[in-house]
Amino acid sequence: MAILLAMLVGLPAAVGGALLAAGHRADRLAAPLAVTTAATATALGAGAAAMRPHFSVPMLPGIPAELAVDGLSAVMVVVVPAIVLAVVLFSVGDMGEDPSRARFHGLLLVFASAMLVTVTATGILPLLAGWEVMGAASYALIGFWWTDRDRVRSATLAFVTTRTADLGLYLAAGAALAGGAAALELTALGHLSGGWRDAAVAGAIVAALGKSAQLPFSFWLSRAMAGPSPVSALLHSATMVAAGGYLLLRLHPALKVVAWAGPTVAWLGLLTAVVLAAVALAQEDLKQLLAASTCSQIGFIVLAAGAGGISGGTVQFAAHAAAKSLLFLVAGAWLAALGAQRLPDLRGAARRYPLLGWLFTIGALTIGGAPPLSIWVAKDEILTMALSKSPALYAVGLAAAALSAAYAAKALFTVWMRPATETSDRGHGSASARLSPTFVLPLPFLAAAAVGLAAVAIPAITTWWRHLLHATNEHSPHVWEMAVSAALSVGVFSAVGWLLRRHRSAAAVPRTAAAWGADWLALERIAVGAAAAPTMALARGLAAFDDRVVARTVHAAATAADAASRLTDTRLETFLAGTVRAVVRGARVLGRWARLPQTGLLHQYYAQAVVALIVLAAVLVLLR
Amino acid sequence: MLSVVVFLPLAAAAVLLALPRLPDRVVTGTWVAAAAVDLALVIALWISYPGGSGVTGDIAYETDLRWIPTVGSGYHIGVDGLSLPLVAMTALLFLACAVYSLRERHRVRAYAVLFLFLQTVSLGLFVSLDLILFFVFFDLSIVGMYFVIAGWGHGSPVRSALQFFLYTFIGSLALLLGFIGLYLAADPHTFDMVKLAQSPPLEGDALAGGLVLAAIAVGLAVKTPTVPFHTWLPPAHTDAPAPGSAILAGVLLKMGTYGFVRIAMPILPGVWRDYAAVFVVVGVVSVLYGALVALAQTDFKRMIAYTSVNHMGYIVLGLGAAGMAAGADIQARTLAVTGAVTQMVAHGLLTGSLFLLAGVLYARGNTYDMASYGGLAKVTPRFALVTAVAAFGSLGLPGLAGFIAEFQIFTGSLASAPVPTALAFLGILITAALLLRALQRVFLGQPGRAVQAAPFDLSATETLSIAPLVLLAIAIGVAPWYLLDVIEPAARTVAALVAQ
Repeated sequence: MAILLAMLVGLPAAVGGALLAAGHRADRLAAPLAVTTAATATALGAGAAAMRPHFSVPMLPGIPAELAVDGLSAVMVVVVPAIVLAVVLFSVGDMGEDPSRARFHGLLLVFASAMLVTVTATGILPLLAGWEVMGAASYALIGFWWTDRDRVRSATLAFVTTRTADLGLYLAAGAALAGGAAALELTALGHLSGGWRDAAVAGAIVAALGKSAQLPFSFWLSRAMAGPSPVSALLHSATMVAAGGYLLLRLHPALKVVAWAGPTVAWLGLLTAVVLAAVALAQEDLKQLLAASTCSQIGFIVLAAGAGGISGGTVQFAAHAAAKSLLFLVAGAWLAALGAQRLPDLRGAARRYPLLGWLFTIGALTIGGAPPLSIWVAKDEILTMALSKSPALYAVGLAAAALSAAYAAKALFTVWMRPATETSDRGHGSASARLSPTFVLPLPFLAAAAVGLAAVAIPAITTWWRHLLHATNEHSPHVWEMAVSAALSVGVFSAVGWLLRRHRSAAAVPRTAAAWGADWLALERIAVGAAAAPTMALARGLAAFDDRVVARTVHAAATAADAASRLTDTRLETFLAGTVRAVVRGARVLGRWARLPQTGLLHQYYAQAVVALIVLAAVLVLLR
Repeated sequence: MLSVVVFLPLAAAAVLLALPRLPDRVVTGTWVAAAAVDLALVIALWISYPGGSGVTGDIAYETDLRWIPTVGSGYHIGVDGLSLPLVAMTALLFLACAVYSLRERHRVRAYAVLFLFLQTVSLGLFVSLDLILFFVFFDLSIVGMYFVIAGWGHGSPVRSALQFFLYTFIGSLALLLGFIGLYLAADPHTFDMVKLAQSPPLEGDALAGGLVLAAIAVGLAVKTPTVPFHTWLPPAHTDAPAPGSAILAGVLLKMGTYGFVRIAMPILPGVWRDYAAVFVVVGVVSVLYGALVALAQTDFKRMIAYTSVNHMGYIVLGLGAAGMAAGADIQARTLAVTGAVTQMVAHGLLTGSLFLLAGVLYARGNTYDMASYGGLAKVTPRFALVTAVAAFGSLGLPGLAGFIAEFQIFTGSLASAPVPTALAFLGILITAALLLRALQRVFLGQPGRAVQAAPFDLSATETLSIAPLVLLAIAIGVAPWYLLDVIEPAARTVAALVAQ
C-alpha cells in the first residue's frame, strides 16, 4: 500500500530528475516519457485516493517525513496529477519545437512531484520541503527562456517573493517544536502551548498567503506570466498558487481554535477576491486577466478555510483547477496559433477556432460563477458559511462574485466579437495555422470536469463529499441564496455583454483607476521600493563599511604595531644601547680608579692596609 | 588504523619529496592515489563505526600514547559523532582537490606535497583528543595554507597570505592561552579533552571561566570566522588558487566551529551557558552581515567568501541557542547542535564545490567580475547545471544538505532564542536573492564580454572532482538519516552537558 504513495511522489521526481540530468540527449524521449509518467501518476493518484496509504521515512532525529492520504488529500491526489497530465499533453504540441524539451518536461515533473508531496505531507518538514522545491521549480519554469533577462528577472522576483512568505513555515516549524509537537505534526498546530500556537498559525498563514498570491503578495503572479503557456496553466490551477489555499484548508481546525485566525484569514481572502477581481477587470492582456482572476478565485478558497467551509473550499479548489487550466490552455493555443494574447488582438479568435471558442466559453462561464456550473455551486457553499459567520462577509463575497462575472464576461464577449476589419487577417505568418490535435485533446476533459463538478450540489453526492472531507457539520446554501448568486452572475454577464456591444471596449472605468488596476495596484513597485531597494542600499552601505572601517581597523592595528616596532627600534633601542654603553663607560672609569692603588710597591700596600684598619677600628668604635 | 588515515598523506608527501626528478604526471597520480586510498580507509572506518555517545567517552578507534608526559599531554586520538563526519568530508574534499589539480602545471611537486601535508594536518586536528595536539595541527594548518596562497595564488597573493597568516596566528595564540588556562585549572593538570569534559574545570568560577572562554572563543572566532574577525577571509579567498579556497572554506573554517562544539562547549559547559547569549548575538550578526555584504559584491569569489561568513553564523547561532537557559527541552537543543554539525559538512561540500566552480569560471574568462559574464549557460550547459545545483544547495533548498542543516538549526533554536532566530531567517532570504542574482549575471541572459571566445564546458577532470561533492550534498538532502544517525548521539551528549 505504502508503495503506491511512494511511487506517486517518487516516480515523477525520478523521471524528472533523470530528464534534467540527461539534458539535450533526452530531448526526443522527453515528451513520451513525460506523458507516460503523468498518466501513471494519475492512475496511482486514483489508487491512492481509494486505498488511503501512508508511509514514513526517517529524516531528522525524532522528526520523520510522513506522507498520508486522508479525505482532503484524496481529492488532491486525484486533481493534481490529472491537471498535470492535461498540461503535459498540451505541452507536447505547444513545446514540440522547443530545443530544450527535456529540461522543460523534467522541470514540470519535478514541480508536480513537489506539489504531491505538499498535499500528502502530515508534518511541517515534508510540507516545507515540497513547498520550497515547488518554488524553485517554478523559478526555473518561469525563467525557462533564460536568454531573455527580463524573464529571468521575473522568475527571481517570483521566487524571492514567495520565499519571503515561506519563512513563515520555518517559524511554524520552530514554534511547533517549542510548543510541544515533537514530530512537527500539522494536526498538532492547534494544540500547541502558550504563544507558540499563535506564532505557528501566523507563520503558516503568511506562507499560505504568499504562495497563493493573496494580498499583499499578489504581484509576483503577474510576473509569473513570463513562462511558457503550459507553465501558466499548471502554476495557476492545481499547483503552486493552489498550495496556499490547500494549506489553509488543511489547517482549518487550528484556524478555528485560534480566535483571531479564522476571521483574519477569511477577510484577507475575501479582500483579495474583491480587489484582484477588479484588477482582472482592468487588464487588457488575456493572460494577465486570467492571472489576476487566479488570485481572486483562490481568495474564495482562503475565505472558505477561514469561515469553516471546507467542503465548499475543496470544490472550489477542484473546479477552479479544471476551469483555469482550461482557460490558460485555450489562451496558450491562441497564442501559438495567432501570436496574440492582448484582448483587442484576440477579437474574433473564438469565431476563427470555434471548438476552442466553445471550450473557452465553458471555462469563462464557470469562472464567472454562471449557473449551473461548478464554481457557482462552490461559491454558494462558501458564501453560506460566510453568512453564518457575518453578513458583511456575505455581502462583500457577493460583490466579489459579481466582479468575477464581469471580468469573465469581458474576456468571453471579446473573443466572440466580430474582428475589426483591419485587424482581421493581421498576418502573424500563422494566420491559417491549424492546431495539432495534441493541443486540443486534453481540453474537453477539463471542460467536462468544470461542468461535472457541479454534481456536488446533488444532495446524495453532497453527503458523500462532506463525509469524505470530515465536514459533515457544514450546511448547504438555501435556495434563495443560490437564486441570488445565479441571478447576479447572469445579470452581470448580460450587462457586460450589452456594454461591450455598445462600446466595443472596456466599460467606462475612470482612466486613472483603470491604469492603477492594470498595474496590479502598483504592488510590485511598492514592494521593490519598500523592501528590495532599501535592502540593497543597506547591503552596499555595509559592504563599504566592511572595506573602509572593519578591514581598515585591522590594518590600522597592524600598522600601529609596525609603527610601535619602528619606534622601539629608533628610540627605545638607542636609549637601551646608550644606557648599556654608559654602564660600560662607568665600569671602565671605576676600573681605572680601582687600578690606581695597585702600584706594585710593598710599603705602599702596608700603608694602605694600616689606613684601612684604622678606618675599620674607627667604624667599630663609633658603632658600638 | 586511525593513525594510518591521518599520516598516510604525509607519508605520500615524504615519498614524493624523497624521489628526485619525478615527472608531473607521476606526482599528481601519486597524489590522487594517496587521497583516494585515504578516502577508502575513511569509508571503511565509517562502515565499521560502532556508534556511541562520544565526547565524554565511548570514543571509537581510540589511541592514547605518551607524548609529552611532563605536561600531561598525550598523543590521544579517536573519532565520535562530532568528528567522523568532518573526517569523511575532509578526505573527500582533498580527493576532489587532487583530481581538480590534475591540470596544474606550476611547481607541481611542491603543490602536491603541501596539499598532502595539509590533509594530514586537517585530519589530525579533527581526530585530536588532546588540546596540545589540537593546537599543533591548528597552527600547522595556518602554515600550510600560507604557502598555498602565497605560492600559487593570483592577484596580490603574498599580501593576502601574510594577512591571513598573521591574523589567524594571533588568534591561535589566544587559543593557546585559553588551553593553558584549562590545563592549570584542571585537577590533576591535563590537556586531555575527554578527561576535561568528564570533570569540567572552572565550573562555578565566573571570572576565570569567563576569561578562559573568552580567550578560546576569540581564537576560534578568528578561524571560523565570525563578524567582526572576518576581514582576512575575502582577500585570502579571492587570491588563493581554487583548490586552496575550497580547502580553506571547506576544511579550515570548520576547525573554528569544530573547536566550539568539541572544546568550548563540553569543557566549559557552565560558562558556555552563562555567555550563550553572546554567541547567539554574534551568530545572528554574522548571518545577516555576511549575507548583506555578499549581496553587494560584484566579484563572484568574494561573494562566495562572504556567504561563508553567513553560513558559519548559523552554526554559532545554533550552538549558542543550545546553551541558552530559556525553555527549550533536550530535543530542541540536540536538534540545534546536530544541525550545526550537519552545517559544517554541508558547507564543506557545497561551498567547496562553489569555490572549485569559481576556479573553473576564472579559467574560462580570466576574471571573477560577474558583470563580464552572462549567457554562459548556452556555451557551457554542464557548468551551468552544476553551479545552479550548488547555488540552490547553498541557499538552503530542500533536497540538498544545506536545508537539512539550517532547518535543524532554526527549528532547534527558536524555542530558546526566538527573536534572534527569527531574524536569522532573513539570512536564507538574502542568500536566495544574491545567489539567484549571481546565476542570472553569470549564466543567463545574453553573452557578456568574457564569453566572446566561446569557452569550453566542464572538462572530465573538473566534472569528476566537483560532481561527487554536489551529488553527496543531494544524497544527504534526500536521505539525511545515514549522516544524522552518526551525529545525533554525540550532539545529544553536548546538548545535555550545556543544558544542565
